[in-house]
Amino acid sequence: MKTKIEPNIGSYDERVKGSPWALAEEELGYKPGGDINIGWYCTDRICDMGKAGKTAFIWEGMGGVEKRYTFNDLRLASNTIADFLVGLGIKKEERVCLFLDRIPELYLGFLGVLKTGSMAQPLFSAFGDESLLVRLENAQTTAIITQRKHVGKVRKLREKLPCLKHIIVVDDDGKKPLQEREVAFSLASAKPVEDFKCAATKAESPSVLHYTSGTTGQPKGAHHVHYSLISQYLTTKWVLDLREDDIYWCTADPGWVTGTSYGIIGPWCLGVTSCVLDVGFTAESWYQFIQKHHITVWYSAPTAIRALMKTGDEAVKKHDLSSLRHLASVGEPLNSEAVVWSERVYGLPFHDSYWQTETGSIMISNYPGMKIRPGSMGKPFPGIKATLLDMQTFEPFTETGKVGLIAVEPGWPAMLRGYWNNEDAYKKKFRNGWYLTGDRSTIDLDGYYWFVGRDDDIINTAGHLVSPFEVESALLEHPAVAESAVVSKPDEINMEVVKAFVTVKPGFVGNDDLTLEIMNFIRKKLSPLAMPQEIEYTPLLPKTRSGKIMRRVLKAREWGQEIGDISTLEND
Amino acid sequence: MENTEDIRAAVLKYVKAEYLEDDDQEIDCDTALISGGIVDSFSMVSLKRFLENRYKIQIPDDKATPEAFDSVNKITSLVETFVAGKV
Repeated sequence: MKTKIEPNIGSYDERVKGSPWALAEEELGYKPGGDINIGWYCTDRICDMGKAGKTAFIWEGMGGVEKRYTFNDLRLASNTIADFLVGLGIKKEERVCLFLDRIPELYLGFLGVLKTGSMAQPLFSAFGDESLLVRLENAQTTAIITQRKHVGKVRKLREKLPCLKHIIVVDDDGKKPLQEREVAFSLASAKPVEDFKCAATKAESPSVLHYTSGTTGQPKGAHHVHYSLISQYLTTKWVLDLREDDIYWCTADPGWVTGTSYGIIGPWCLGVTSCVLDVGFTAESWYQFIQKHHITVWYSAPTAIRALMKTGDEAVKKHDLSSLRHLASVGEPLNSEAVVWSERVYGLPFHDSYWQTETGSIMISNYPGMKIRPGSMGKPFPGIKATLLDMQTFEPFTETGKVGLIAVEPGWPAMLRGYWNNEDAYKKKFRNGWYLTGDRSTIDLDGYYWFVGRDDDIINTAGHLVSPFEVESALLEHPAVAESAVVSKPDEINMEVVKAFVTVKPGFVGNDDLTLEIMNFIRKKLSPLAMPQEIEYTPLLPKTRSGKIMRRVLKAREWGQEIGDISTLEND
Repeated sequence: MENTEDIRAAVLKYVKAEYLEDDDQEIDCDTALISGGIVDSFSMVSLKRFLENRYKIQIPDDKATPEAFDSVNKITSLVETFVAGKV
């Protein structure tokens, strides 16, 4: 067992009674009505506090290539990028997309965009053409920062994106001429900008636009503001327990909200050293990374933890992981076996945490110093008023063991302020004055929440939400597909994976070759996450008499559950 | 039956065609595919499916590890094991 140190949060029960957001404002030196800019807080402020020379960022790529940045380096690099963007004519609140692998420019560029007062729109670099197009179209993105290997995707789409004025390539080598609207920018050769006048953004100024999948319709852009910093600062301090001498590793990609809220903003606004490993997952590479950099706090995802479990204990024993002192997890529910396993092999349990793209910061969690109930999501963060709502009446209840909808009282600092260009979808997220998470849970006598499942058809695969509607729409564009229905299927590692039921058009045969062709079609069009891991060909899909495909019948079959009411089934 | 060189060439060709985004990116039979970020864990499923279809084999999940799929040479060895009925 590790030596116990007093956690930052102190007593959870005492914190719940206090005024946490006011405390965070005070610690950050923020006064209501004043300026608040996340880019400034993560760089200039830390330098002003006397930590300019402290290591902020350790980045490692293939072959152990390593780059290190101090907080002053972060300040200069983000200034330089911000200055370049302003020079291009990027205006406040315009959307600037970051479409990059986990290279340093992604992290530094994110801060640079925020410093200009424009809105950072990070997108997962494995997104295919269609996924990229709908998100850039909806956001009316003005500029995209990308790299050579992804510029081909952007070129295919630019004629459909009249708002996209600038395509900024961060690693142009001059070998091939740039095309219309493209411009090269190299951080390595740009003259560092010592003084950049950071945009005087306010609490409600837009900051980040993260897209999430909806059960129907296109992806929705969750619009966040600079005031989210207050929640992100305090949750990082109290849930992740980060402190001055920590070496922190958040394994999430900033294409997703964990990667920005807790991969960039959280550690750097606290002045903590953060590490990034930009190589694909293998147990050996991860353990080697922890050992090499003496990682102390590790924030990861259940899918990765289960994959490490599968690799076995021997891989752990080959490495010195004694630097680790606190482990946390997010993405999908962390099963109790994983918590017990991590305590046995690492001497530390993973602390599960629960939140969403829309919430911007952790809502429910297991806290350092508080007893973990393996398999539980934990308790609401101090300052967060969460409850369960009856599934029919949407009224709060406290009955233990009864399944309800997880809901949160609006008003926490990092709450989304809307879905970009989609007011109707935003309004539907609220009932009876509560924000609806779309997740179901039970609560026990001591107030611990226990995840049950989604309240809709959204598929949570490896912690990422995939819309069945989006996959079905893309499938219909394949020449062989007549109809399709997409559901989740249980998976030992990823919790859920995408499964497609397909009827083929006359002249096509549903065989192994077609399956591979369709898988690759979806992978390139949407993303590897959205690619069906299994395709089942069927002559008919279950439909209501009005012709609507009954996904729930197929899903129930996959999960071995009761099918329920099928009185409206057409082809029974 | 395809020999080692044939398998290696077919796998390399498939990886280049399906997973490389950058036309200028050069890979060889030892290039790290999984740890190098060229093929992610989700895309590994389609690569496994390709191998199973082409070589009429079944690769159990416990053999389809990121380590076993980390280069064209490693994949070739894995395929040969199953083609030869050694597993």
